[in-house]
Amino acid sequence: MSVAPARAPRDIAAPGGGGVGDSALRPDGVLKVRGEFAYSSDLWIDGMLWGATLRSPHPRAKILSIDTSEALAHPGVWTVLTHEDVPGRKHFGVDHTWDQPVLAFDEVRHQGEPIALVAADHPETARRALEKIRIEYEVLEPLTDARRAAFDPAYPRVQPRGNVARHQPVRVGDVDAARELAEVVVSGEFQVGMQDQAFLGPESGLAIPAEDGGVDLYVATQWMHNDLEQIGPCLGLAEDKIRMTLSGVGGAFGGREDLSMQIHAAMLALRTGKPVKIVYNRYESFFGHVHRHPAQMRYEYGATKDGRIVYADVEIILDGGAYTSSTKNVVGNAASLAVGPYVIPNVRIDAYGVYTNNPPCGAMRGFGAVQACFAFESMMDRLADACGLDPVTVRQVNAAAEGSALATGQIIWAPLPMAEMLQTARELPMPAPADTGDLRDLPGGVSQTTHGEGVRRGVGYGVGLKNICFSEGYDDYSTARVRLEVIGGEPVAMVHTAAAEVGQGLVTLEAQIARTELGVRRVVIQPADNRVGDAGSSSASRQSYMTGGAVMTACQAVREGMAALAAARFGHARDDLSFTGDKVVSESAGVLGTIAELLGDAVIEETREYHHRPTTGMDPVTGRGDSHAQLALCVHRAVVDVDVDLGLVKVVELAAVQDVGRILNRVALEGQIHGGSAQGLGLAVMEEIVVENGRVRNPSFTDYLIPTILDMPPMRLEILENADPRAPYGLRGAGEPSTLSSTPAIVAAIRDATGLALTRVPVRPEHITGSS
Amino acid sequence: MEFLRPATWAEALAAKADLPEAAPIQGGTDMMVELNFDVHRPAALLDLNRVAELTRWTAEADGRLRIGAGVPYARLIAELGDRLPGLAQAARTVGSPQIRNRGTVGGNLGAASPAGDSHPALLAGDAVIEVESAARGVRMIPADEFYLGVKRNTLLPDELIRAFWMSPASGPQYFSKVGTRNAMVIAVCSFAIALHPGERRVGAAIGSAAPTPRRARAAEEFLAAELDWDAPLEPAVLRRFGELATEAASPIDDVRGTAGYRRHAIGVMARRTLTWAWNDLRAGRTERRAG
Ligand SMILES: Cc1cc2nc3c(=O)[nH]c(=O)nc-3n(C[C@H](O)[C@H](O)[C@H](O)COP(=O)(O)OP(=O)(O)OC[C@H]3O[C@@H](n4cnc5c(N)ncnc54)[C@H](O)[C@@H]3O)c2cc1C
Repeated sequence: MSVAPARAPRDIAAPGGGGVGDSALRPDGVLKVRGEFAYSSDLWIDGMLWGATLRSPHPRAKILSIDTSEALAHPGVWTVLTHEDVPGRKHFGVDHTWDQPVLAFDEVRHQGEPIALVAADHPETARRALEKIRIEYEVLEPLTDARRAAFDPAYPRVQPRGNVARHQPVRVGDVDAARELAEVVVSGEFQVGMQDQAFLGPESGLAIPAEDGGVDLYVATQWMHNDLEQIGPCLGLAEDKIRMTLSGVGGAFGGREDLSMQIHAAMLALRTGKPVKIVYNRYESFFGHVHRHPAQMRYEYGATKDGRIVYADVEIILDGGAYTSSTKNVVGNAASLAVGPYVIPNVRIDAYGVYTNNPPCGAMRGFGAVQACFAFESMMDRLADACGLDPVTVRQVNAAAEGSALATGQIIWAPLPMAEMLQTARELPMPAPADTGDLRDLPGGVSQTTHGEGVRRGVGYGVGLKNICFSEGYDDYSTARVRLEVIGGEPVAMVHTAAAEVGQGLVTLEAQIARTELGVRRVVIQPADNRVGDAGSSSASRQSYMTGGAVMTACQAVREGMAALAAARFGHARDDLSFTGDKVVSESAGVLGTIAELLGDAVIEETREYHHRPTTGMDPVTGRGDSHAQLALCVHRAVVDVDVDLGLVKVVELAAVQDVGRILNRVALEGQIHGGSAQGLGLAVMEEIVVENGRVRNPSFTDYLIPTILDMPPMRLEILENADPRAPYGLRGAGEPSTLSSTPAIVAAIRDATGLALTRVPVRPEHITGSS
Repeated sequence: MEFLRPATWAEALAAKADLPEAAPIQGGTDMMVELNFDVHRPAALLDLNRVAELTRWTAEADGRLRIGAGVPYARLIAELGDRLPGLAQAARTVGSPQIRNRGTVGGNLGAASPAGDSHPALLAGDAVIEVESAARGVRMIPADEFYLGVKRNTLLPDELIRAFWMSPASGPQYFSKVGTRNAMVIAVCSFAIALHPGERRVGAAIGSAAPTPRRARAAEEFLAAELDWDAPLEPAVLRRFGELATEAASPIDDVRGTAGYRRHAIGVMARRTLTWAWNDLRAGRTERRAG
């Protein structure tokens, strides 16, 4: 291996103490607060070049010719590459549909699609050289109508195999017969705009060519091994020639599941024989990753007069943009969770993921479920109105519980106290009325749009059910290697996984698990790389479950080794022995000695894979199947003040009730619930990538707005611990559920304040004032 | 790119005369964003941060305040909030604390964005901009004549902004700005009002609702003619004022908001700010809110 670059990740000693259940400190916490944490954009090595990417200005065009000669002649430029220079396969894809060109040829299918690469000795030189690449386009009218893409056979194709990436039906009972019996029918059409992950650390990384013809890649990703599966074939390199090291990740939220600069930097490094760094700027970043699928949804529910739903008829269209990315899984989630945690005897669901020339959409926190949740929760409120029930009661009347079946027929096997959680949310104390003497308490804040005039309060509820871990039959697993040895007189556990710490606190948790399972105080976390087995993705709220489970089982195997040593040394039965506080303890005889003495020079190292219970696919016709590995529920109550004259919203309070199975680290957990709720708030009232005729109109944080501290209210949290018997420590993934329910809760509260129907998120001021 | 660092105002003017295409930089909160996004590639940067006098303000003999172009928003709020409440309120809505520590009215004027927050308050408060060139000396430009078009002002290539002049408030002033987030947001549209009870006159101006910030002249003239300064505010007067303020706007649909919404919001802000100012006047207050 070549020399490691400056600011590359190293072993980190987990600070302080604390096992499972304690709010242990984050190893990266102080560094991040002080601005000293090394992100992938901080990587540096002497002699490196800078890569830059030429992207299509057009959403749809034929590429007639590419002329790189002038760019190549630009002083300081080392190389210019196009699709002809891709060493191996010319396509990649995050989810086994390899339809995305490494560099576009013949055609571009979305604005911002990469076409050519430059390496130069200065980033500005690279940028200027891009302008000298001459491309002749035949510009075509972009195909941007997702509904036509789903249903109109005459609509031209974005992808040769057709415009539908996946259609997933779900069929239960007989909707047409049930329609005859329904006493109350409510229906609605709902839309969700395109949300962005808005992570702060732009796509970046460093590729260093190695002497063996391979490449060392320092990148910020969510799933190293899946990257590798795509990078290897495209570079024409065996996987063992590619050494990947996870570098500091500045947030992900799904946006780093797809490759961005990885193959590009490696191609430039292999071509020039020099290390190559690529860092996107903010503008480019908006084109450098996929976004949340916009959705168009039509719902119809029939119910009895007392609010019991008898049928649901649902159509969901998700616009995946030009390439497949995660669209198939997004459709699977939307279909299986289209009616959420409600028991409905007759169901007809059709979920479609389609191709258009809009920006590619893929993974984002809560995917598929977020879109559906906005619609089905809006429907629950419509139903409540139609039946004269309050919104909590109508949800309780139809609530699923342990033992009920999802629309897919899957039986809920773990506690799901939804009706009780709703009751808890309802009974939480209400926030005080706005203090009209403090602008910060009012809609508009210090921008001073009101001193209380026009302000009305509203309250709304939302319930979200999210599948945790990978679904639909995927063999989902994670790998951990744990090594115990004495260093400096103390036992130290070294934990090595390929799992991506993306800010969620996984490395903190790994140390907590090691302390609990091994009874040692010192834990060192090794950088995540591909010298250890696959850990799966840091997505689907799955890493506490999966990599937590892998670290737990690897630690337990190491503990077995320790117990064998101790049994031999002290002559006690193994089940009389335990390890705690760096000591060997006998239940019958108390402390027998220290772990350090016991181990001496011995090193115990174990590697384990952890698999969750297998799931099944969804039947392609009926949607039936035990497709989910775990389900997690969050209930929100939102209280808002709306300036009804100006359409401005202040979310006064977001209260959440979430069942997490087991609290592993309360501070980290609360951070996840706060963050998920904030992202849901963003979708409710401000976050949208505005796309017009295939073009992004707001690719900057000036115009793509995310909530600030003055938008995000204090949260009241009620956290429940009803264990999932199948999961390690009984835990439930907690990263996503709050992202689902906060959006509909806030919109319901705005409806309550205004009396408006509000069928689209984000809600914009002009939707409230009606002055378009 | 050249980086010029004059130590005095005279040196700065000389540098600008020598190299008119040099872009001045004060707080850099606008300029650095433009450079990062590759909107501009100026031949040179003219850093004004060493010119100490730009960061001073003085009370002049004629009673007016002369405020250096480089006084940051945070200091405007802290040091002049009592005398220039409308401008201070506008300053308080600019960006975040970091931006207010660096950003300046001089930079806002230099950028001349229709969405710049200081402009409506400068217009309503009758500010005069002092600009200067080595060749022709000082020009005093009423704010009203300063803005020419979207991101265009009357500054000539060899001129720099030195200061702006404003009288301390003689009556209540308010600034109000609509944005789609509760802080750190570019104005969808904004409105400023300044009551001049001594002259029985009201200044009113709109932001982000036309190619330039502009005075709502018809609205001002209407109040000058119709307002009974010794009586409660009449609903009909308030309504008409809102309509005339709205008519001053010629907004567009853009990614931040629609033209229709902007017109509507200008009317609401005009009515609300006039009401607040009027109530303050009647109660003998100048400004009240915390925040
Ligand atoms: C995160 C963020 C948030 C922001 N929020 C707001 C907001 O809410 N409201 C708002 O109005 N603005 C906002 N801005 C824009 C910016 O902060 C303001 O326009 C500020 O007033 C610029 O002042 P500055 O001193 O930083 O200007 P600079 O960036 O230094 O200069 C801006 C322009 O003025 C010219 N200039 C500067 N000084 C002179 C001079 N003495 N003579 C001639 N020309 C000169 C420069 O050449 C340049 O064209 C924001 C910016 C950022 C980055």
